[in-house]
Amino acid sequence: MSQDTLFDKVWDLHKVSSLPGGSDQIFIGLHLIHEVTSPQAFGALKDKKLKVKFPDRTVATVDHIVPTDNQSRPFKDNLAEQMIETLEKNCLEHKIRFFNIGSGNQGIVHVVAPELGLTQPGMTIACGDSHTSTHGAFGSIAFGIGTSQVRDVLATQTLAMNKLKVRQIWCDNKLSKGVYAKDLVLHIINKLGVKAGVGFAYEFAGPAIHELSMEERMTICNMSIEGGARCGYINPDEKTFSYVKNKLYAPKNEHWDRALRWWESLKSDENSIYDDVIKLDASKVEPTVTWGITPGQSISINQQIPLLDELSPNDKLVAEEAYEYMSFKPGQLIKDTPIDVCFIGSCTNGRISDLRVAAEVLKGKKVSKNVKAFAVPGSEKVATEAKQEGLDQIFKDSGFQWREPGCSMCLAMNSDKLIGNQVSASSSNRNFKGRQGSPSGRTLLMSPAMVAAAAINGKVSDVREFIN
Amino acid sequence: MESDFTPPIGKISNIKGQCISLIGNDIDTDRIIPARFLKCVNFDSLGESVFEDDRKTLKGKHPFDLEENKNASLLVVNSNFGCGSSREHAPQALMRWGIKAIIGESFADIFYSNCIAIGIPCFTLPKKSIEEIQNYYCNNQSLLLEIDLKNSLAKSKDLNFNLEIKESSRKMFLSGEWDATSTLLDNKNLIENKFNQLPYIKFNTNFL
Repeated sequence: MSQDTLFDKVWDLHKVSSLPGGSDQIFIGLHLIHEVTSPQAFGALKDKKLKVKFPDRTVATVDHIVPTDNQSRPFKDNLAEQMIETLEKNCLEHKIRFFNIGSGNQGIVHVVAPELGLTQPGMTIACGDSHTSTHGAFGSIAFGIGTSQVRDVLATQTLAMNKLKVRQIWCDNKLSKGVYAKDLVLHIINKLGVKAGVGFAYEFAGPAIHELSMEERMTICNMSIEGGARCGYINPDEKTFSYVKNKLYAPKNEHWDRALRWWESLKSDENSIYDDVIKLDASKVEPTVTWGITPGQSISINQQIPLLDELSPNDKLVAEEAYEYMSFKPGQLIKDTPIDVCFIGSCTNGRISDLRVAAEVLKGKKVSKNVKAFAVPGSEKVATEAKQEGLDQIFKDSGFQWREPGCSMCLAMNSDKLIGNQVSASSSNRNFKGRQGSPSGRTLLMSPAMVAAAAINGKVSDVREFIN
Repeated sequence: MESDFTPPIGKISNIKGQCISLIGNDIDTDRIIPARFLKCVNFDSLGESVFEDDRKTLKGKHPFDLEENKNASLLVVNSNFGCGSSREHAPQALMRWGIKAIIGESFADIFYSNCIAIGIPCFTLPKKSIEEIQNYYCNNQSLLLEIDLKNSLAKSKDLNFNLEIKESSRKMFLSGEWDATSTLLDNKNLIENKFNQLPYIKFNTNFL
């Protein structure tokens, strides 16, 4: 059992009681909600004649279903309109703060909470969305929950949970040029497997992690869940504190000093005990691309798609399924795979630094005529900042469509979808069968810079050839 | 189909039913219920859309379409079942189709919590035992299993297994207290105390 890690400390601090049977009742410091997983939870509250216990500790935005082309109301899609109306009504009725479209603060929930300073070190954070692990980048303990658990948090501000084990993933050295946080996390998931994290929280640590910006750290923690870990976190440091400072909801004045003192005390002890430790060399990571139907099925840009014999017995079944679905031959190179659609956005890679990196690659170049490319900023704030920097113009000049903020084609709940068996180069987080809206659509996950390179060449390319 | 559906309630100790076997590792919740079906404000009509895209691809040959599985209620799966999105719509769709319990090599964490929260016990068995069930099912086209949650046993005419389930989940089902809200609310005072003790509640004055 782990001891004295940040996870242990935050868990113990928030423990309300031990429940019969061995699980713990955990207080949730920040609860984030959106339109897809909350309506049934509010419905259940009504059925049980319960109120929201701490309305101030729940914050709402709308992201999954919002159109990214025309956001005027009512939405063209009646079901989407019904969902946003339901959220508006529920927030009004229960006095929950709601960042609606046009507020200046709307966006993907995991982009919005950090940029508003709601996400802070030492908190427990829950949201009805598996990518809630993103917030662990700040040294909070954050995890995705289902709708029944959303109901529980609304009604009690607590959850019944079994304590997770802790695995430290120590990353030595630093990433080389043209290699990004996305490549590192895809590499980690490939090495450990998509289910290695079941029952674990992942602590990402080491010089390579320390070196990363806050937005890059969010990319890493965001994809913990793709490795099976419901929760991923990084011990907070100076970068964390300066990112939070002066944000809208960050503590101010004397409260800031108190907060900082507490946050500085929050980290895994040097002699803390982990349930498992994995070490890897970040300098060996190369631009990485998925070739299959799970985020674990990835290779470096210059590698071949693995042969069946090269895989462990457990990986063979899903590899065979992947060859067939993706129409890839074992041994084939991933480089030069033709691309139909390019998508830059999502809670993994839809932040300002992601757009900057992609714009750097796109500047002065044109998207291949065979490619439909679009960029979807992660939030209204990101969109505003990008416009101030002229990034939107770089995207548009290159042939990218510049869209309004939302989850968009990461999960295709709006009209941004693949058609037929199109192949997409995507900066999102999941390459599951049908994930991007077409039951036969094919997704190759990669960094935003690699998506930009693929857009220009119309095929999977090594971004390092663009930036030297 | 939906009008017949009644959600489980109270103590769950014995579950008897026909098995339905679904072979494959890492079957994610996007496959169990594709995102376009999440555009709803209740779970009522999800049952018919379970595995929609996989079923369409297999044109009637998907296990959830086979005549012999029509009344099945015990789903048998391989490893990391339910990975990916936290959508509770996935177990809700399975439950509304008729699934009452799941036996597998392993489950994704959030999917497991969602199942427990809505009254679907999930049991694990070693890979070898799952394959034994799947082979038996394949050869006989039918397997009636009886699960005894008190003793964590699964029994049938020819096969017997010692099932594994988290002790906290097992106890909750046996006592009938698997709907967590009321258990959590019992500690109302402790929740208030905890709220008042947390350091960041005090310095986040502009939060309120």
